[in-house]
Amino acid sequence: MSNDALLSVRGVAKHYGAHIGCSDVSFDLFPGEVMGIVGESGSGKSTLLNCMAGHLAPDAGEVVFDTRTDGPRDTLQMSEPERRMLSRTDWAFVHQHARDGLRMGVSAGGNVGERLMAVGARNYADIRSTAIDWLDRVEINESRIDDRPTTFSGGMQQRLQIARNLVTGPRLVFMDEPTGGLDVSVQARLLDMIRSLVRDMGLSAIIVTHDLAVVRLLADRLMVMKSGHVVEAGLTDQVLDDPQHAYTQLLVSSILQV
Amino acid sequence: MFDLKNVSKTFTLHNQGGTVIEVMRGASLSVSDGECIALTGASGAGKSTLMRMLYGNYSAQGGTVQVAGVDLVKAEPREIIRLRRETLGYVSQFLRVVPRVPTLDVVAEPLLALGVDPQIARDRAAVILAKLNIPRPLWALSPTTFSGGEQQRVNIARGFVHEFPALLLDEPTASLDAKNRDVVLGLIEAAKARGAAIIGIFHDEEARDRVCDREIDVTGFSPQAAA
Amino acid sequence: MNAQHEEPVTMDQDYNFAYLDEQTKRMIRRAILKGLAIPGYQVPFASREMPMPYGWGTGGVQVSAAVMTRDDKFKVIDQGADDTTNAVSIRSFFQRVAGVATTTRTADATIVQTRHRIPEQDLVEGQILVYQVPIPEPLRFLEPRESETRKMHSLEEYGLMHVKLYEDISRHGHIATAYSYPVKVEGRYVMDPSPIPKFDNPKLGDCAAIQLFGAGREQRIYALPPYTNAVSLDFEDHPFEASKADHPCGLCDAQNSYLDEVIIDDAGGRMFVCSDTDFCTMRQADGHKGKDAA
Repeated sequence: MSNDALLSVRGVAKHYGAHIGCSDVSFDLFPGEVMGIVGESGSGKSTLLNCMAGHLAPDAGEVVFDTRTDGPRDTLQMSEPERRMLSRTDWAFVHQHARDGLRMGVSAGGNVGERLMAVGARNYADIRSTAIDWLDRVEINESRIDDRPTTFSGGMQQRLQIARNLVTGPRLVFMDEPTGGLDVSVQARLLDMIRSLVRDMGLSAIIVTHDLAVVRLLADRLMVMKSGHVVEAGLTDQVLDDPQHAYTQLLVSSILQV
Repeated sequence: MFDLKNVSKTFTLHNQGGTVIEVMRGASLSVSDGECIALTGASGAGKSTLMRMLYGNYSAQGGTVQVAGVDLVKAEPREIIRLRRETLGYVSQFLRVVPRVPTLDVVAEPLLALGVDPQIARDRAAVILAKLNIPRPLWALSPTTFSGGEQQRVNIARGFVHEFPALLLDEPTASLDAKNRDVVLGLIEAAKARGAAIIGIFHDEEARDRVCDREIDVTGFSPQAAA
Repeated sequence: MNAQHEEPVTMDQDYNFAYLDEQTKRMIRRAILKGLAIPGYQVPFASREMPMPYGWGTGGVQVSAAVMTRDDKFKVIDQGADDTTNAVSIRSFFQRVAGVATTTRTADATIVQTRHRIPEQDLVEGQILVYQVPIPEPLRFLEPRESETRKMHSLEEYGLMHVKLYEDISRHGHIATAYSYPVKVEGRYVMDPSPIPKFDNPKLGDCAAIQLFGAGREQRIYALPPYTNAVSLDFEDHPFEASKADHPCGLCDAQNSYLDEVIIDDAGGRMFVCSDTDFCTMRQADGHKGKDAA
């Protein structure tokens, strides 16, 4: 069953000098699956995400992606143009801070249209109508298309970032604390939107967060990290309701109940 | 449909000195299509633990837990996810949903996950919500603000909107009035009639007698009983 | 003003020919040759301090100095005019430090240093057009990181350039970028043609002369060899248009030259005249007369 994996991570390790960023991480992600990576600050979850997404060069390991044209390929061995092309088309990366993922000086429509233009769209009317369609899908009013993201609320900026990322119909989305820093009511709306988009587009996603409530609602599977190592992995509700590892038990029991 | 053989379950409390609590040993049971069985036993005997193991929510330490041919003890997460999406429904006592999502969409979700056309999914959700007497004005609201009985019925609607071949029901009639209880039991009977295998916990004796073919006392699965 | 450079010129012997030392000129020539070999590519060079402030053409002056020989005839224009401060001082600078002949005639010049215009008259083989460039990086205003823009050039990731044009259309209903209009060179590098009006863009491509671009403060040189393909970026449904003020020249009645709007009194009176003074003067000498001509 492992030959149809969308992403196969094998033995990924990253060290910062003597300090371990992440070590010997392996897993398969299948089409349509959403995997959460949880752990406290410094557990290596963001390092791992950045290694997989090509933002950091790991010291060891493979990140094999099932490309549309050539089948499974180790993205770490790809040339930089290939990898950047991949990250503009089949991959998407949603940053915690929308500012890191948006062009703040460019209108909402331009932000959404950029990936289209980057892959060769040269018809203004088409680009604009696609942008309008996507703004609608992330519940941003069409009338805001020419406004800059600086005039948007935090939740809107995050939704715009998602639209900008998904417009080229990627198959794999990396998300780094996508709901972090948003107030809870905005979070809920965003979570629901991400869930629907993932379902409707058949996306696979890897979501890094420290918020267990977020992974419970979004992720099918969970990986728990501590000090750079994966200490437990499995079905999300299994890991949260019947944690096997000491650290996971501590993590789960540390949540404030409301 | 359900087939448990020699299942054992322990909890290891790493943060409490590594205490090991053994809660189940040698549990075996089998449920065929079209059959509804009730798990019985005193509170704390392990009914809920067994239900959770049947859903893949708790992992067993030994034995096999087969549901529709998938052994939940060994299955990959994605096999369990697929099983839950297509075959295995679960009506829990607690409603766990994304806040602010309208009730109609909450109920339609199992169908949407199967790729059913959104309009058809919502139509079917509306039918079952109406059947369960959830007032129409509430459909557009999130169920998180509903009363206990209403939440329970939303949960039931979610469990029955797709015709799951296997169903787990945790106290489906608790906190329901007579009229709605009757509707729920009717749904269970209809599910049985179409061939669904059902395992339930019913404290409501009358309900149990009406829909269940057999009772299994989980007290027999406790380590003390097996010892 | 033509009288001025009929005078014999004498070079100030305190300076090396054309001000820069020979090693520096060789360094700049290497950058120029590399630029010519990779049309549109921005070649870094060790820009020198020049005896004029940045923004006054230090890049163009260094390029001119590096390509200049004693036999050259030098012309300088600023927004098309030979007689504005910047043009006059750069011309006299080279008269003093190189002793070269100068001219205002486009046809007579072998080197034309320009700020913000391409002469109306077609350039010919053997001529060199040297542009003064304030900001060589066309992607700069959308992507401030130089490390990133260089990568975008090397990987040919130019989607962002169209984002700029998209923004124009969304805000103004048409591509409002009127100068520094980006071109794609030989299907490869996107290049900022310096702040020439987009009216001049069609003259960039397939030009018989060598075109050299020098950015002093930014330390970049780039080039278009003769007869290079340079296409202005656009959208299918918003094609590039080389626009100009919709008037004839008030002095020489030229219909197709780039015009400056000149305010002539305090009552809102104005006239449109050729920005290329040499072109306009020549036409008037040939007997063309506009409606505002005295």
